[in-house]
Amino acid sequence: MKLSWWKILCIVLLSYVLFAGFLMAVPRKAILNETIRNIYFHVPMWFGMMTICGCSVYHSILFLRKPDMLTDIKATSYAATGMLYGVLGIVTGAIWANYTWGKPWSNDIKQIGSAIALLIYAAYFVLRNSITDIDKRARVGAVYNIFAFVMLLPALWIIPRMMESLHPGGMGNPGADPRDMDARMRMIFWPAAVPGFILLGLWISSLTIRIRKIEDKNLLHA
Amino acid sequence: MYKHIVTLLKKDLLLELRQQYTFYGVLLYVASTIFVLYLSLEQPETNVWNGLFWMIQLFICVNAVAKSFLQETKGRMLYFYSIAGPVQFIIAKLLYNMIIMLLMSGISLLLFQLLLGNPLIHFWQFAGIVCLGSISLSIVFTMLAAIAAKAQQQASLMAIMGFPIIIPQLLLLMRISKAGLGEVFKESALSDMVWLLTGLNGLVMIMAVILFPFLWKD
Repeated sequence: MKLSWWKILCIVLLSYVLFAGFLMAVPRKAILNETIRNIYFHVPMWFGMMTICGCSVYHSILFLRKPDMLTDIKATSYAATGMLYGVLGIVTGAIWANYTWGKPWSNDIKQIGSAIALLIYAAYFVLRNSITDIDKRARVGAVYNIFAFVMLLPALWIIPRMMESLHPGGMGNPGADPRDMDARMRMIFWPAAVPGFILLGLWISSLTIRIRKIEDKNLLHA
Repeated sequence: MYKHIVTLLKKDLLLELRQQYTFYGVLLYVASTIFVLYLSLEQPETNVWNGLFWMIQLFICVNAVAKSFLQETKGRMLYFYSIAGPVQFIIAKLLYNMIIMLLMSGISLLLFQLLLGNPLIHFWQFAGIVCLGSISLSIVFTMLAAIAAKAQQQASLMAIMGFPIIIPQLLLLMRISKAGLGEVFKESALSDMVWLLTGLNGLVMIMAVILFPFLWKD
């Protein structure tokens, strides 16, 4: 079995996250307690989702500039992986919220934002399936992908900064502020968890792309 | 370019004046939904009033805007290809839908006040936010109607694609329209949100102008 360097890096980083994340010491905080370890899994999902959906939009732009079925396959595969990450992000968040906020869903602005993101990507696939012509499907899908992604950005980046949120760091900076995190956790979160899960997403996408390439062989070489 | 836009807009408005199909169709839609609301709720409390108002705006917009692309037959689109560019075409459509939606929002605001009671404290502030909101709704749904026009089952697709995209804007609108209902905001919060919405409108228009040419030809 031959693996390229980034796949090996992905395995190393994620095994480090798994072992260190579950075994190393974390700050003792009321309410959070041991659930604080979820930060290594829940937050990287959103970093991964944004990166992978960004890849999808990048390929959609490429497709509009120069139509090629391969870029379309890439755009949809990345979007599918992005959606998977979104679902996992919501699920890990809901489990966490169940123990810290008392219930899995409390209509927090960021929960709403992530639900919107999932609905948008679901609509993207419904739209694609409703068009039978392959070229038209790819083109219209690319247009919607770009439009929806741009509309999604304010929902995820601007509006959460303006409204109250249960998430930490709300009102001001809703992202994970590197200065807020405990030094021991920072060493796992930034260098390992975030890049590790992004690489895993790219790996999953590359597998789907390769499968689609075999399935749609006739289209690609037509 | 400017001349083309005016001509296309004039054509849409003239068609509207002659056929009076969209206008009365949507008007009847507005009137009957608000009447049904009146029958079921009579005088709802302020928050319900506000929420219902914006939901009705959303559905009016889907109905009014969807028509603008559905009525263009294949032959007529072919004719437009030969006389105008995609940018002129989409700008004319955006303007036309804005006008229709502003009109419909104004009518529904009056009907809401008439039938469902009047919780408004600052009428003109609320009316201004309604104008901003109807512009936001109309341009987002114009773009989506252009996309949906390329697919089958257009009407249901409009809802599937549009509702998630419009939720953030709708939430913002419901939030700031409470200013007209008497809620007091922190000094800069209200203007911040108004600017954000205006910026979003500009962004959607730019996206429409950039992306529509790719939907233009089959």
